[in-house]
Amino acid sequence: MRKIEENIFKVLMVISTLIITSTLFLILYTIFSKGLGSLNWDMVSKIPEGGFYIGKGGGILNAIIGSIYITLGSTLLGLLISIPIVIYINVYATKNSLFTNITRLTFDILFGIPSIVYGAFGFTIMVYMGMKTSLLAGIVTVTLLIIPILVRAIDEAVRVVPEEMGHAVYALGGTRWEAAKIILRQSTAGIVTAILLSFGRAIGDAACVLFTAGFTDSIPTSLNQPAATLPLSIFFQLSSPIPEVQNRAYAATVVLTLIVLVISVAAKVVSKKLSKNKI
Amino acid sequence: MSQSHISIKNLNVYIGENHILKNINLELPDKKVISLIGPSGCGKTTLLKTMNRLLDRQADVRVEGEVLVDGENIYDPMVEVTHIRKKMGLLSQRPFPLPMNIYDNIAYGQRIHGNTNKKELDALVEKYLRDVNLWDEVKDRLKSPATRLSIGQQQRLCLARGLSVSPEIILGDEPTSALDPISTKHIEELFLQLKDHYTIVLVTHILRQARRVSDYIGFVYMGELVEFGTADQILNHPKEQLTKDYVFGALS
Repeated sequence: MRKIEENIFKVLMVISTLIITSTLFLILYTIFSKGLGSLNWDMVSKIPEGGFYIGKGGGILNAIIGSIYITLGSTLLGLLISIPIVIYINVYATKNSLFTNITRLTFDILFGIPSIVYGAFGFTIMVYMGMKTSLLAGIVTVTLLIIPILVRAIDEAVRVVPEEMGHAVYALGGTRWEAAKIILRQSTAGIVTAILLSFGRAIGDAACVLFTAGFTDSIPTSLNQPAATLPLSIFFQLSSPIPEVQNRAYAATVVLTLIVLVISVAAKVVSKKLSKNKI
Repeated sequence: MSQSHISIKNLNVYIGENHILKNINLELPDKKVISLIGPSGCGKTTLLKTMNRLLDRQADVRVEGEVLVDGENIYDPMVEVTHIRKKMGLLSQRPFPLPMNIYDNIAYGQRIHGNTNKKELDALVEKYLRDVNLWDEVKDRLKSPATRLSIGQQQRLCLARGLSVSPEIILGDEPTSALDPISTKHIEELFLQLKDHYTIVLVTHILRQARRVSDYIGFVYMGELVEFGTADQILNHPKEQLTKDYVFGALS
């Protein structure tokens, strides 16, 4: 009887695994089969020419560059803010104090806020400050979106570092900052995972950049100019009634997917290299 | 009794509502091995941690009384805690090498205190690894991760790391509890070698270990220091009934 129960659950587990894995492959199949045909060198090396969205020539280089700018910018800015927060609540603040608990709760709540709300919030601030849509506004808004992701993921990685690791540094006469550096070193793999999560979220998000970074056919040359992004580029092309333009939208999704894929693989390699000394 | 490095006066420690250590008074003799024995949860580890202020970061810990290290009260708010801790090497229950290679693990302590002279570091790393009888085993792979060592070697590495900032005292919190008998023997022999230069305070629940290495023993029970004296006195002629019960096996 228990054997049957065991088998039933085993089958259920295998089925759910297969469903999810095959969904991934189905998604990849769809975008590649529809997109590869339209993917050519012009697509990734040129900016849209006049009439691009009704089927004329050009490419999506504006959106590729814009997305990379925004994603790199916000990930860097996000790390600069998140790592000190995590160090403070884990190394400096009293453990399990009211302060650390409230901070963690705050980030849990922020984590659950939909990205369109961040977009609207960023837009309100921009209007208040009299700013136009710009690369800077897009970076700042996306940074707000990914900070909760970074803080939560890095916090998880740092919390599993044994307390004795810090004690070892203190016992040598080390300061908290020196202990923090060792603890961060110990959690490198977790930090890379956090970066990966936030990178994926940042590059794929359309709602945050819609009102803040805006959209343009040219490549921004300063932080004050608007910037195009891949998700919005996909959205605009996919909304076109012309099949050729729609297919180019799929080609753009292929580009987006490849960027995420390359970053994921690179991050895994880097993290493996960096964490060879970990216990 | 010779001059003492650490003297504890009227020490009371509370964690939340619990009174963990009750009115401890203790003078630790210099350059000896002192064991703190007692059943699990009696407060001996807490007592050890109060000696280098490792309890500081725990929420709702309250420490009353004085712990004097070389005449300086380490719970004085004006005292610099890193300076106190540098005087004491710590050996925890399980070895926790730093996430770096063998060489850097030993050089780390020197580096954070400002010594970056490569030649000096090379010499010091060799010296401390020799001090813990590890040099011959690792001299050809100083650049490989410390975690590749066996757990017994890691514990000796951690001891060498502790020695690298030239402490005067070594605190061991059941430092052999994760080790096999051979590695345990290595560590115990090291303590006997090192006591010529260092004061060693050891928390242990293994009576035979206390018998093998200690010069002095303190028996802690339910947060109180029941009895303190030479190893011979505590193990063979205890005065207190509780100590007798514990040492002769009626209490565990």
